[in-house]
Amino acid sequence: MSTDVKFSPEELARYSRHIILPDFNIEGQKKLKQAKVLVVGTGGLGAPLLLYLTAAGVGTIGLVDFDVVDDSNLQRQVLFTRDDIGQPKVLAAKKRLEALNPYVKIVAHQTALTSDNALDIINDYDVIADGTDNFPTRYLVNDACVLLGKVNVYASIYRFEGQATVFNYTDKNGELGPNYRDLFPSPPPPGLVPSCAEGGVIGVLPGILGSLQANEVIKVISGVGETLTGRLFLFDAATFETRTLKIKRRKDNPLNGEHPTQTGLIDYQQFCGIGGAEDHEEKLPVKSINVKQLDSLIKQKANIQIVDVREAYEYDIANIHGELMPKSEVTNYIQKIAKDKQVVVHCRSGKRSSDVIELLQEKYGFENLYNLEGGILAWAKEIDQTMPTY
Amino acid sequence: MAKIIIPTPLRKFTANQAAVAVKEGTVLESIKDLTTQFPELDKHLFDEKQALRGFVRIFLGEDDIEDLQGNSTAVNQGDTISIIPAIAGGKI
Repeated sequence: MSTDVKFSPEELARYSRHIILPDFNIEGQKKLKQAKVLVVGTGGLGAPLLLYLTAAGVGTIGLVDFDVVDDSNLQRQVLFTRDDIGQPKVLAAKKRLEALNPYVKIVAHQTALTSDNALDIINDYDVIADGTDNFPTRYLVNDACVLLGKVNVYASIYRFEGQATVFNYTDKNGELGPNYRDLFPSPPPPGLVPSCAEGGVIGVLPGILGSLQANEVIKVISGVGETLTGRLFLFDAATFETRTLKIKRRKDNPLNGEHPTQTGLIDYQQFCGIGGAEDHEEKLPVKSINVKQLDSLIKQKANIQIVDVREAYEYDIANIHGELMPKSEVTNYIQKIAKDKQVVVHCRSGKRSSDVIELLQEKYGFENLYNLEGGILAWAKEIDQTMPTY
Repeated sequence: MAKIIIPTPLRKFTANQAAVAVKEGTVLESIKDLTTQFPELDKHLFDEKQALRGFVRIFLGEDDIEDLQGNSTAVNQGDTISIIPAIAGGKI
């Protein structure tokens, strides 16, 4: 069917280095032009993925993201410039990609991928590239791909470490490869593996892994070479250690093992232990205070204690003179936290401090703790604009 | 001795060591040697029934121990065991 695809002289000139490439040639280029690829997440992995897939001439590229560009993205999300800050990521990306290659159709889905819309969105594409940043969406993308029979080109990063593979791929012998649930049947408990916002990530790493992902997408589409199906590639950017491990399908996979039990999408937040119904029953609500309220308490010289649960190196960048008690060792400081007056707990954005308050309420019976909404970032935005942010 | 490579998310339980030397024997014996050296690690690798947790895979060389003889797979002098956890970062 690829014989029906025609190229203009401009396109032939643009793709000439593919067309003269042995084994790839004009047939490979035709397959790219016919292909529809969905990139989930236009962040660190999505940036190189989208740039290379667009440059390579994939005919239709879909983007899914609900977020807007933030200045802390620019350290690694090379798709964006300072002018894009505050813009929806998919719209900024679409503009950039259309400027790069007018022969590619870019479809922007400005939404979070959810159990309600995933099957509809994914169904329109041939290959999915997962560049998301959280476990619920990883399992959602995987399950939707398995249920719809789509290839899922996967990469994931943490600090200096990257993983890549191709899931749910049927090879030339008709043999179906493993998917995410064969590799990891269940997610880690919340809190064990911090997000990149907390754990940090070396900026070049998503560039390396996202480029590998783009290469796998192109191989899946063109049929050239051997994909990473059944193999998990690992890269440690700190030591330059690489490993390629063998992965196989498992009989107990709930989607396509010997006795499948799951025939549709599920509640992935609950599956990953985040905000499930049981959680709400057990945990006391976290009380909060906003930065304006805190500012006026400080100005009134109110009798309060401010506790900063970030790490010491973050404190050095910017602080509001709170007492430093890092989240990782907060239980060593229990005696120093007042029980007889209002205690405001803060971190960078409000997430870690909320976790600390939950712990202190549950395990140590505190009732006087208030989470600073938006953390020190909100303080820098609303109270003290001279404060550095990170 | 054999070597266990510790993934980044679990290094906070191994005093930041990226690799730990352990006794050979079976995979279970090698890993128990690791968790004896670093007891905090045990509950992150095994559940209450001492089964390996679902977000962690153990490889001996290139192979998942599930595809060999599981916990009783023999570990020889100089072998490398990899602990591979699920990581989800990417977009942020």
